[in-house]
Amino acid sequence: MSVADYLIPYDFSPVTILGFVLVLGFYGYGLLKMPEENRPGSGRILVFVVGVMMCYAVMQTRFDYYSQYMFFVHRGQHLILHHLGPFLIALSNPLPVMRFLYSRISPGTRRALKPLGWIYRFLQHPAIASFLFVGLIYFWLWPPIHFDAMLSRDLYWIMNWSMLLDGLLFWWLIFDSRSPVNSNALGYGKRILLLALVAIPQMILGATIVFSRGMVYDVYEVCGRAWPMPPETDQLLGGLLTWIPPAMMSILGILIILRRAMREDGKVSPYSEELKASHS
Amino acid sequence: MTIQSHSRLLRMLSVTAMTVATVILAGCLGDDESWRGKDISGLMPELAFELTDTSGNTITASETNGEIRMLFFGFTSCPDVCPATLQKLARAVNDMPDNLQKDTRIVFVSVDPRRDTPDRIESYVDFFSERAIGLTGEEKALRELSKRYRTTFGYDDPDAEGNYNVSHSGAVYVFDREGDARLLFRPDLSVEDIRADLVALAQENNS
Repeated sequence: MSVADYLIPYDFSPVTILGFVLVLGFYGYGLLKMPEENRPGSGRILVFVVGVMMCYAVMQTRFDYYSQYMFFVHRGQHLILHHLGPFLIALSNPLPVMRFLYSRISPGTRRALKPLGWIYRFLQHPAIASFLFVGLIYFWLWPPIHFDAMLSRDLYWIMNWSMLLDGLLFWWLIFDSRSPVNSNALGYGKRILLLALVAIPQMILGATIVFSRGMVYDVYEVCGRAWPMPPETDQLLGGLLTWIPPAMMSILGILIILRRAMREDGKVSPYSEELKASHS
Repeated sequence: MTIQSHSRLLRMLSVTAMTVATVILAGCLGDDESWRGKDISGLMPELAFELTDTSGNTITASETNGEIRMLFFGFTSCPDVCPATLQKLARAVNDMPDNLQKDTRIVFVSVDPRRDTPDRIESYVDFFSERAIGLTGEEKALRELSKRYRTTFGYDDPDAEGNYNVSHSGAVYVFDREGDARLLFRPDLSVEDIRADLVALAQENNS
């Protein structure tokens, strides 16, 4: 197989390609047109593009073929769609670009977008966000559901897109660049708590898959593997990918948030202005 | 709205959302069907292929319309899964009432066209059942067909004698008379279960 064969989509999805083109297009347009003082540095731009391209690569290249026919590659695909890709995108903090783009939208369109804002705020409630984050992993890995999702092309696409969108929402909430001191962003303590809370059920699920003796996901047995590999090995590797990297990413996230919190320690005191006023 | 009532509303909404999600989840899991095999109605596209039969002629799926078709991917050098599955299907068909047997068709698709010549496939399928046909084609056509049914196949490296293993689907895809995908037989399904499902399918709007 030539290099081109590895790069072209296994299952061509115009909607997916359009989605990625639009995201990169709008991001590039925003970068070029926005005032220089708000523009993210080249490091942040690189992190954003790498995050987006990783998600694209696992959906629209030969990688997708291996994800459909090997359980452990499928787990790797979801690790990128739900964790690593959105993690990088949120960490690169494209908020200034989005703010600029939003300022370019006409008031009529803004009004039309309002319901989206309500849905967004509802989904970003910490309880809902963490429930969805873990719930979706459990949902798509529930054996009968997983079986159907791997058999049906439509369900397969819904599964991958739902993982990507939910990943973006969750890591966006966690790495919200606004400080909780002077905005309504989620407090650092709560963010750390969420990261720890979502890690536990993922570790339990991963360990369950690793230590189960029978075949939990027989769809790969039923539908043939991309290359002959013992089913136990495939399942073991898949379980490890569900168990260890997500737990490590939670810890990495906690460290990043701790660093932010320590930087802000003592810098700003929310009531200082009021206190000063009342004591003078 | 005060901040307090606002947060209470949010909390109530989140509880409602979780309840709804749980109910939906429970609903998804409670599909109790009378089929012994796995019901795949609506999950997969209707039967379509254009392959070569054992006489060397091109055959399309529509030429077998009106029959209950059991599509199975394999290769004739297969040591275990293929002979076991074909034998099971043949026995299930044999156990059906005589008048329904002629409405069934075992469609064996060889995904090893390099080794499986039409002659070899013919003697292979004839050994198992007279209701079986053997098909193959160029690798591209086979890849397309297997992709359509969300399956694949792969070749191991050949050993010193040139023998190699082929990984392929162990499942049987069952299509009704109209060609709609209906059932999936997992490799562990018993002959009796297969027979019961085939009879039920054959008796459905039997004209």
